[in-house]
Amino acid sequence: MKVTVTVRPRAGILDPQGEAVRRSLQGLGYAASDVRAGKVFDLDLDVADAREAMKVAGRIAEQVLSNPLIEEFDVAVQESVAV
Amino acid sequence: MSVRVAVLAFPGSCDDRDALRAVGLMGAEPVRVWHADPELGGAAAVIVPGGFSYGDYLRPGALAALSPAMGAVREHAAAGGPVLGICNGFQVLTEAGLLPGVLRPNAHLQFRFQDVALRVQRESAWLPGMVAGDTLDIPVKHHDGCYFVTPGQLEELDAAGQVLLRYVRNPNGSVESIACITNAAGNVAGLMPHPEHAVDPLLGSDDGRILLQGLLDQAVAVEAVA
Repeated sequence: MKVTVTVRPRAGILDPQGEAVRRSLQGLGYAASDVRAGKVFDLDLDVADAREAMKVAGRIAEQVLSNPLIEEFDVAVQESVAV
Repeated sequence: MSVRVAVLAFPGSCDDRDALRAVGLMGAEPVRVWHADPELGGAAAVIVPGGFSYGDYLRPGALAALSPAMGAVREHAAAGGPVLGICNGFQVLTEAGLLPGVLRPNAHLQFRFQDVALRVQRESAWLPGMVAGDTLDIPVKHHDGCYFVTPGQLEELDAAGQVLLRYVRNPNGSVESIACITNAAGNVAGLMPHPEHAVDPLLGSDDGRILLQGLLDQAVAVEAVA
């Protein structure tokens, strides 16, 4: 089961990487008023169904892939197997 | 009998050797503990050293926090044993949940390599002989040393006296210039500056010895009770 976990800085948390990218974009003339930099993880999980995949990926994201103090995450199942 | 001090070594650690040498200079017995080792070799104190454990992949310290050796450090800390995290070691201890907060990229996104002055916030077993207002000179060298806690946690840290040192001039954007904190119990401490690089006046300062002595004193005190 393919699952994608997206991790991004929490709203209100200073994101110096996104800020540096924003400044560079403005230097190129793009009207970017805000940029937030995060991470994407594509997981292939050996689980029975999409529900289980969401549950396991959520646990992984909370425990390892994100630091809840400064980051939040989304989990999305990329493909579901018909039963 | 001299105190045995475990110095952890992860793939990518680079200050473990300086820490081992500093422990020896302090008259204690250093023992290197590999990250895959689930035991601390009978050590009474632990140093989690600086470097770039696991290449700083994911987040600095995040993967090291999941290693077998850190499982042993958790048990050691839960039993009241002293643990000192330096630089990457500080990051590892926050990621492991042994210290509050998190270390983020420096606010200006630049690497900092310089001596910094640190203001003592209160008397502590970690800072033998020091009183509030004293200063220590210890070098920093890091890119991800910006200490962050939520405003609520900050109040708790201050109220509980968990802030031991503040930067005189903030080099990295740390919240309220916090440089060194402890856990609620006081036996786990972490800081970005490197006490193990400041153990000889020949190199500009030996103020790092104060924190290392604090680590050894606490190990002796814990062993005396046991």
